[in-house]
Amino acid sequence: MISLQDMIKEALGNNIIKIEDNKGYIDVVVPLEKLKESAIKVKQLGFDHVKSVTAVDYIQKKQFMVTYHISSYLNEELSRHVLGLSTFIDRDNPHIPSLATIWTSAEFQEREVYEFFGIIFDGHPDLRLLLLTPVVAALKPLRKDFVVKEDSINIEVDYAAYNATKWW
Amino acid sequence: MGSDNKEKKEERLNLLYGDLDTVAKMAKESLIKGKIAKMVDWATSFSLWPVHLMTSCCGCEIGAAWGPRFDNERFGSLPWVSPRQTNLIIVEGTITKKMACTLRIVWEQMPYPKFAIAMGSCALDGGIFYNSYNIVRPWQVIPIDIYIPGCPPRPEAVARSIIELQKMLKNKSLASKWILESKREDKKYIIPKEDLCGWRGEKVDLTTRYD
Amino acid sequence: MEAGTASSGSGIHLPGMEIAKASKNRYEVMIGPAHPGSGHMRIFVEVDGDIMVKVDPDIGFVHRTMEKLAEGREWIQNIPLFERIAILDACNITLPYVRAVEKLLGIEAPERARYLRTLLCEINRVASHLYGMGIFGVFLGHSTLYMWAFGDREVFIDLAERLTGARLTHTYPVFGGVRRDIPDDFPEDARKATRYMRKRLNEYAKIFLNNPNIRSRLENVGVLTKNQAAELGLVGPNIRASGIRYDVRLNEPYEAYGDVDFEIPVFEEGDSLARAWARVEEVRQSLNIIDQVVTWLEKHPRENFMHEKFWKTAPKLYKDVYEGKISYSPKYRIKLMPIFASLKVPPGKSFARVEAGRGEIVYYVESNGDIFPYRVRVVSPSFRNVIAFKYVMPGHRLMDLPAIYGSFDYFPPAFDR
Repeated sequence: MISLQDMIKEALGNNIIKIEDNKGYIDVVVPLEKLKESAIKVKQLGFDHVKSVTAVDYIQKKQFMVTYHISSYLNEELSRHVLGLSTFIDRDNPHIPSLATIWTSAEFQEREVYEFFGIIFDGHPDLRLLLLTPVVAALKPLRKDFVVKEDSINIEVDYAAYNATKWW
Repeated sequence: MGSDNKEKKEERLNLLYGDLDTVAKMAKESLIKGKIAKMVDWATSFSLWPVHLMTSCCGCEIGAAWGPRFDNERFGSLPWVSPRQTNLIIVEGTITKKMACTLRIVWEQMPYPKFAIAMGSCALDGGIFYNSYNIVRPWQVIPIDIYIPGCPPRPEAVARSIIELQKMLKNKSLASKWILESKREDKKYIIPKEDLCGWRGEKVDLTTRYD
Repeated sequence: MEAGTASSGSGIHLPGMEIAKASKNRYEVMIGPAHPGSGHMRIFVEVDGDIMVKVDPDIGFVHRTMEKLAEGREWIQNIPLFERIAILDACNITLPYVRAVEKLLGIEAPERARYLRTLLCEINRVASHLYGMGIFGVFLGHSTLYMWAFGDREVFIDLAERLTGARLTHTYPVFGGVRRDIPDDFPEDARKATRYMRKRLNEYAKIFLNNPNIRSRLENVGVLTKNQAAELGLVGPNIRASGIRYDVRLNEPYEAYGDVDFEIPVFEEGDSLARAWARVEEVRQSLNIIDQVVTWLEKHPRENFMHEKFWKTAPKLYKDVYEGKISYSPKYRIKLMPIFASLKVPPGKSFARVEAGRGEIVYYVESNGDIFPYRVRVVSPSFRNVIAFKYVMPGHRLMDLPAIYGSFDYFPPAFDR
């Protein structure tokens, strides 16, 4: 019985930059060009759905990190583990090949990452806004340079009017 | 003789059916005198039907408030599907920018006299999401009569708010005043509808015939 | 049949009479955000006659930006924030966040705390399934089911209120344990509640699941095969009704689930009726778990329900009350440990998953040693089920939409977060 880490190393070979056992999942970092191949090989091992697509903004290093947490439903042994496939992309030109054609479960999650961070997924079948209105999405809310202010930023709150509830 | 009788009959008929101006004046006087006015207020206060607009997490407590344990139907209020046939809207929970357009259009479809209750602390001033960039204060979208604090408020508080609204109706005679005077005041602190619904971008008709 | 502006006799053009024309026989219907039932999402449906051809969900009407706000609040202040994702299920929804941060802190909750968390998780699961069935009744027009479900749910909400002090927003699991222990007469009431609910489940089967009207509306509607469910990545009782045997309590046991005895109901058909049956059977299993946990809690002495590291910093009065040196009275109101106010979590990344009522919820937490989190990513169960609209609904008639919608048990504040 080989462990999961050895199985991944065998399948992906020298594509891996780093593999480590974080708390709760096994993190595999691959370079951007080999993302799609690694995903296809991992799917052949038996990992059949994506649990979450996350992007993290490292503003000092000028990078985004995109992580796909993947696991398995149909394979009894693999469903106990969660694998994280991560890659680093450039902050000023964020393009990443879309994995929605490989795993259908990633489709709506990639749309959400697109509208919150501005990361463009090349090859996505249907890339458009999911949760936000176009005005708010243009602010790219979840990036670190968008600061949440204490009062609501777009509408001025007039407390004198608050006390005058009129009826008609 | 025959023509005399006919004349009298005609006069009587005129007074009852024919002369609309006189009849209208007589009806208006009796309303102003107060007995029918009181009945109109009483009837409206016991038939405040809220429309089914569940906006956020306080919806669970609304479901429980009209459930079997905290029965709110004994006050005469029945949650009803169609906005054109209801006269109360309970704004519960957080109103986001996308939902503000819906709230405004549903509010405008309701016939007068209509009332609004703001439930929960998210409807008062943002609640736990006070600094979120995606929410709107509900009192800038529609005019509100009663506020209920709580996160979420207990169903007994919702029942109390219906009773307070009934008292307000009867004391200030809101329903009968609308019928007599049909005055509308300026909505000066309300966001105009075009700003709320601008994100839709499509060619959708925003008129609701009760503007 | 030509679509377009209907011409009335006098040629008056009233607003709202134009229908959007996509092709000769196709119409686009928008099922809007204000509709009866607990749904504030828009669904764009393209129908060809009466058969749905393309379904596109438009969500985001309850999006309250929790992930961004979490980066500006301290670690302990985020627990009530994340509860509002699915307020009915509060313990299940915040438990993975607490577990992920505990992994970063490097501590584990003591044994009594694990059983207490399991108790509240199961009470919440029963309440959440009953809410789901009530809303399903509203969608199908079955108001008796709505009244029965909401009435029976009050029994369990009362239990939760006795345990934690609030009806829906418990905030019970905190880092290192739970907030308080059970009162003395709690086990007897819990057993009464489970006995009552077992009898009621048979009556639910009679009026709802074996009802010929409901069966004709739900059988073979919205069929989801096993491979399709795995490919789309759906969660919860929806995949257990399609033959996939996956439950986080079974595959990666957490808290006290490794020690209690329960089964996972799995059905093969995959239609809406099987999903409703899966929920009812899960309620039955939860009642068994509640009984076993309450028996364990009775037998074992009241030891620590909070980890040593945090208990050491509690004020002396608090410790005296809990050790019985001073008898408890309401003026010694229970407060939270002062160390939580400015807790610094060591840097790292972690991941945790838990089976909530509606499915599996996952959290990814990243910290860089500050008092605020650096990034919290939450994927709620209803968000992973949204994709079923696009792929399961086409091919059915338009009036099957409420039946399929209700059987998937969506909760819009959950997928908008």
